[in-house]
Amino acid sequence: MKQHNPVLALFTILTFIFLLGPLAIIIVTSFGADSYLSFPPKSWSFHWYRHIFETEGFLSTFKTSMIVSIIGNLIALLVGLPAAYALSRYPFWGKKFLNSLFISPLLIPGIVLGFALLKYVIVAYQFSIYTGLLIGHAIIMLPFIIRVIASSLANFDFSIEEAAISLGASRFATFFKVVLPNIRSGLIAAVVLAFLESFNNVDISIFMTGPGVSTLPIQMLQYVQNYFDPTIAAISVLMMLLTAALMYVIERLMGLSYFTKN
Amino acid sequence: MKKNKAFLFLLPGLVFLFLFMIIPIVLIIRSTFSDQGQISFNGYMEFFKNKYFIQILINTLKVSLLTTLLCIVISLPVAYYIAKLHGRIKSVLIGLSVFPLLTSAIVRSFSWMIILGKKGLLNELLLNLHLIKEPLNLLYTPTSMIIGLVHLFLPLMIISLVGVMENISDDLVQAAESLGASRFVAFRKIIFPLCVPGLIIGSILVFVGSLTAYTTPALLGGKEQVISVYLYQNAMTLNDWHTASSVATIMVAVTFTIVGLMNLAANKLNSRG
Repeated sequence: MKQHNPVLALFTILTFIFLLGPLAIIIVTSFGADSYLSFPPKSWSFHWYRHIFETEGFLSTFKTSMIVSIIGNLIALLVGLPAAYALSRYPFWGKKFLNSLFISPLLIPGIVLGFALLKYVIVAYQFSIYTGLLIGHAIIMLPFIIRVIASSLANFDFSIEEAAISLGASRFATFFKVVLPNIRSGLIAAVVLAFLESFNNVDISIFMTGPGVSTLPIQMLQYVQNYFDPTIAAISVLMMLLTAALMYVIERLMGLSYFTKN
Repeated sequence: MKKNKAFLFLLPGLVFLFLFMIIPIVLIIRSTFSDQGQISFNGYMEFFKNKYFIQILINTLKVSLLTTLLCIVISLPVAYYIAKLHGRIKSVLIGLSVFPLLTSAIVRSFSWMIILGKKGLLNELLLNLHLIKEPLNLLYTPTSMIIGLVHLFLPLMIISLVGVMENISDDLVQAAESLGASRFVAFRKIIFPLCVPGLIIGSILVFVGSLTAYTTPALLGGKEQVISVYLYQNAMTLNDWHTASSVATIMVAVTFTIVGLMNLAANKLNSRG
């Protein structure tokens, strides 16, 4: 009963060319030898990939980005994992409201949150810029951690947990030896999704730059606004490779249908 | 007993969000309503008399509305096509929609700088084909900003719609067609109404996303100002934190109003349907 509508198929193909063509163009330009962006390049080289490492700022901001995304992820896990557990495990009054509260960092405009963190967390509470970055990134990762973990806890049979406890295991041990291993794939997927969200973030990080502190996307943004050579194309290719690798991990763990099921 | 335990587990997250998100944002909103310790609306009276700001607000809303409409029009047929596929091709197409979604907005906006620039791909192509004599000014215009935003948010709309369309049974469409409805009428009368919940969720995501996007307008918009870039400039370039706070408050108010209204519409449709 498959009916193929050629017009619909053509329209879909054109849409995917629109979506992916520009990314393919970046890949091609990154291998160009010219000192300005041209397509197709007249000659080929790896020069711009070398240039990433020779240019001041990219390597150090990459390091900052990694640290912020990883430590921020740990903070978000630390406060988010118990919250996701409580939201899935216990019935209580106001649950729906709390659910939306934990998802709310997704709704608050990033640029507003960034400014609020600068004005109060850094200037008024006197935290360092680095701490501000960690806090801001942990906040935007929290909805991903809670939502993905809660959705895997929804499939967890809590009677297994009861069984372990009635057999004498402590609550603490039960959580780490029974509950966590059962939601392992959801947990890893949550961490990976949150990492990507944080690693690509501009809106928060742009308010939190200072002497020696800046993230890779902010460094890229500043570079693009000043120079028009293929260095950014080369970095973009490396970032796309990272994205593809992490997406593969998510696909293995939960299947990509996770994205269409929301 | 159980209640206490739940509360204990929720506490760290709640404290964290209150300290670092809710309190700072509430303080920002409160600061815009006070003038030397007195409650005052003067700041906003001035604000809405400022023609420049009104223009920015209108521009932003216009760009977001147009982006959302374009995303809907393009996504409906594409999502319909993907939802009806099976097996490997379907997962590949979903994967190809998810990939751009997870890719940095800088990377994706940058790709349009290569395409739309003065010496860009499109201009070179048109010049070589002798369709134009002078390179066109495509980059740093409202058009380039809208192209960038549609490119940014289209996957989100496609994925939201595939999710609802998958659940629509093929039998419904076949029944309509066997009763004499044309393919198009069947789509309009059966598929489309059943998609409305997904369409509303997708539209909220795209509209609010475009309304608050910073990276794409900053890279592709040029002189064309949008509200998020205006906030950033006031906060960081002009050091006018009072104006920045008012802009932030207006952004939060507009976002929550729109999300609230669309949720209301969704609930109404649900209770009726």
